[in-house]
Amino acid sequence: MSNEVCGAGGSRAGGVSVKHRGGFNAAVIVGIVALLSAIVLAYDADYLYLLVYIWFGVAYGLFLQYGRFCMASAVRDLFAVGVPRMAVGVMIAVVLYSLTAAAVTMGGFSTFHANPLGWHIIIGGAIFGFGIIFTGGCASSSLYKSGEGNVGSMLVLVAISFSQAIFVSSEWFSQFVPASWTESALDKRMPEELDVTSTWFDQFMTGYIWDLSGGTVAQMMGQPDTFMGIFIGNALLGAILPTFAILVFLYVVAFRKGYMRREKIENPAFGDHLRGMWAMFTSSKNTAIAGLGIGVFAGLQMWVTGALRQKYDILNFGEMLERKGFYEQVSLQGTVFDPGYWYITTQEAQWGGWVMDKIGFENMERNIFFGLENGLPNPLLNAPGMMSIGIILGAAVIANINREFKWKLPSMETAIFALIGGTLMGIGARVGMGCNVGAFFAAVTNGDLTGWIFLAGMTIGGFFGVRALTRWMEWRASRNDDEFAL
Amino acid sequence: MGVKFEKVEDGQYMLDVKGYTCPHPQMYTKKALQKLQSGDVLTLVFDNASSGESVISMCESEGNDLFDRADDGGTFTWKIRKG
Repeated sequence: MSNEVCGAGGSRAGGVSVKHRGGFNAAVIVGIVALLSAIVLAYDADYLYLLVYIWFGVAYGLFLQYGRFCMASAVRDLFAVGVPRMAVGVMIAVVLYSLTAAAVTMGGFSTFHANPLGWHIIIGGAIFGFGIIFTGGCASSSLYKSGEGNVGSMLVLVAISFSQAIFVSSEWFSQFVPASWTESALDKRMPEELDVTSTWFDQFMTGYIWDLSGGTVAQMMGQPDTFMGIFIGNALLGAILPTFAILVFLYVVAFRKGYMRREKIENPAFGDHLRGMWAMFTSSKNTAIAGLGIGVFAGLQMWVTGALRQKYDILNFGEMLERKGFYEQVSLQGTVFDPGYWYITTQEAQWGGWVMDKIGFENMERNIFFGLENGLPNPLLNAPGMMSIGIILGAAVIANINREFKWKLPSMETAIFALIGGTLMGIGARVGMGCNVGAFFAAVTNGDLTGWIFLAGMTIGGFFGVRALTRWMEWRASRNDDEFAL
Repeated sequence: MGVKFEKVEDGQYMLDVKGYTCPHPQMYTKKALQKLQSGDVLTLVFDNASSGESVISMCESEGNDLFDRADDGGTFTWKIRKG
């Protein structure tokens, strides 16, 4: 993106003053993160484990904002305006992350667990994909856009947080639970305090999800620890070849025609198509660079977290919290949500659940999601939550440097869309076991093919979301009897 | 706040989509450009930075000329000549 000021002199003068303030603001944010990190480490060096999450979050935020890296845009702009730019950027990131993830897995530091395979992935993906059309961003881009000062995106975060917290802990939809789930849930003999037959989500988890299985390509090949399984199975077969197929598809349907017209090529030869593919990869350098950076850092994060777990002799951050006496913060089995890699939605659900618990909602921990698995830690002790805050801060740094930070209040329409779409994203993420990052990006790059199913669901949901939004825009325009109504 | 699309003078149009996030700015830009004649100029005002990337790609692929880009502290004023 060009940052030059090509307009009138007035805007140039205004722009310069903003630029100076932006640099100062960015320095203040970096300074605060550095100072707080130093204070935390001086207080207790073990919290390095938590700080690593926030630092990686800052790095993701820098790259996401720099490349405007948005997986909602990847599926949406194809259908809405015929632009494949972001889809290409995401695919570049997938290839890179699959290679760094393979290296980390070979080194024995991988923290990744494959998702179980079932119908829930495509349904969850579709609900999530429908929602992202209305929120203007996916789970990760809503974080970076919040860092740009976008209040509408902050509303999306609020909606994702609370919709998930309510969805996993309330009795909504419990009348639709199949009897087989209830039976299977009872068979698991869960502790009584979890009350697993009361909510839809608990019976979905214990009576359905836990009966499914899944695995990476390397595990399916029976070679989870070999070069063959990890690099050829997980990275090449599981991520790179599908990505290449998608890139060729994107070139054929969305880029080839425009490229040939611009280059005035009437009868393209094979070499012209190769040059066209390259032009598509490099059509937005910022996005491609962001894809490279995210791919490298996502792999590094798994490696660093895996190494720290070995150093502190823990499998989960909950163990460290218990050692320090924070028994209230962890689940019944002494765990908290601690994926060790890039993840977004579960920690947001914990924020929502923690707030609801504090303001007096009962039974927030009487469920599988919070009570048995993820816990309800104070946001200050929520390690992946710190990563999300880091993303917002990292994005704010680069948005300020590039003079793009601006407090943006949403229109009423945008605000309502943010809340409804964010709620759908939250529900879709819980049904699909993650968002565009946890259920798609982190999955496919680690050889878990369920991620491609989530992407298919997200694309289907996105397609119908764009149709619904187009109808809405047409309806609004039709109410206005004006030749300039859009 | 709301979308504003108006004719400024012959061949000159203005689309103001401040306050809108993705995908509205790029979708409204596409719809507005469809209403213009070849050679007409659209002045696009928006404040959702990421929409800019989509508008650039859209102009490239559809042969429209994005000939002026002004950025005033997060509010962008771009001029597009329809191809």
